[in-house]
Amino acid sequence: MGLSVTLKKKINEFSLDVAWEMADELAVLFGYSGAGKSITLQMIAGLMQPDAGVVRCGEKVLFDSFKEVNLPPQKRSFGYVFQNLALFPHLTVDENIRYGARGISPDECRKRVAELTGAFRLEGVIDRLPGKLSGGQQQRVAFARALIRKPDVLLLDEPFSALDNPLRLEMRQFLKDVRNIFNIPVVLVTHDIIEAYTMADNIIVYSNGRVVQTGHPSEVFNHPASKEVEALVDTSKLMTLP
Amino acid sequence: MDSSVLFSMRLSLQVAAVATAFIFVIGIAVAYFLARKDFKGKELLDVLFTLPLVLPPTVTGYYLIVLFGRNGTVGKIIYQWTGWTIMFTWYAAVLASFVVALPLMIKTARAAIESVDVTLINASYTLGRTEFETAVRIILPLARRGIIAGTVLSFARAMGEFGATLMLAGNLPGKTDTMPLAIYSLSGSGEWSKANGMVIMLTLLSGFFLYLANRYSKRPIY
Repeated sequence: MGLSVTLKKKINEFSLDVAWEMADELAVLFGYSGAGKSITLQMIAGLMQPDAGVVRCGEKVLFDSFKEVNLPPQKRSFGYVFQNLALFPHLTVDENIRYGARGISPDECRKRVAELTGAFRLEGVIDRLPGKLSGGQQQRVAFARALIRKPDVLLLDEPFSALDNPLRLEMRQFLKDVRNIFNIPVVLVTHDIIEAYTMADNIIVYSNGRVVQTGHPSEVFNHPASKEVEALVDTSKLMTLP
Repeated sequence: MDSSVLFSMRLSLQVAAVATAFIFVIGIAVAYFLARKDFKGKELLDVLFTLPLVLPPTVTGYYLIVLFGRNGTVGKIIYQWTGWTIMFTWYAAVLASFVVALPLMIKTARAAIESVDVTLINASYTLGRTEFETAVRIILPLARRGIIAGTVLSFARAMGEFGATLMLAGNLPGKTDTMPLAIYSLSGSGEWSKANGMVIMLTLLSGFFLYLANRYSKRPIY
């Protein structure tokens, strides 16, 4: 499978110009807020159109400005978990999850809902509205909804950033479980240094709309390619926190 | 109650109900396009649909005659084909009420649709749902309070429509005299007692509808 991304985009004063690839792994897009990580994800998913570039998923070309290929988000097989989760507030947990099951037969859909709610410990809350769920449950619904269609790649836009610490640790473990169960490549956007270090097979460091280093976490953290990256991955700052 | 008063009440309700049915469908469609699409002349279109809100109803009625009168641009064609004209029928009252009340629906529904969180719409698209499915299952349900408020306001406005109706449908007793028109005739001929009932009824109904509209547009959904 794998994902290959080349993107150019100007938005007012900000310009994004990145190129990277990933294999069947968990790749972390890491960098400060405003470095262009989230809009990269939106352009991969087809929610925003790049000025130029290519997005390929395996052999499938999803976007190519030169060949004028631009598949709409519906035709790209990505599971997307948004920063605010974007659960539909007027639909129950069950309806939210099923909403992602377009074009799947009712029998198969029932089977998958049962599997997902079982694996994600959601059986007891299936008839509740998202507003009546705990933060962790809301997260798991968002993942279940994104996964029911069996997407090619899972795109995660800082899904854990709003959580308090214990829950964030729980959700990181949950994400590892998801990867083990579904064996699916994941792009995780984060500005959390620990999340980047502990989760990534491969880190892609963003700064100001550019990729400044890529590599295995230990490599990036131990051998930053520049002063800029060094400052970004400076874990010593964490130690001084109370 | 006097049979002519009863007739006017029934006609008013009938005209307002039919006009509101059209307003509901067309108003939502127009509001959706204005809220979600970017195209050239979009704000001009909004102004065009909103004009009847601020124009004197007689001016709106004048335009409608120019368009749909027997010698009007569209009316002429209809008359040539069918020998029928909408002028001075209760359909004309429906048309007048429709045009005058439509902006209330468009304004309210457009604001409600624009306030739906864009990430919810994006989420729907990434889940493989078409734009139509997203509109019907996500956007419109989440905008439903504004849509209900707009519908109620439009109905109230349609019930009270006078000027454009007078121009287009006339004030024919037992045919096109809706409550506002009947009140105009009755007060002209000094039949106050007959008018009183309708005045009170219109006031109470309109007050009730305004209350409903406020209730629906204010209370948060979740």
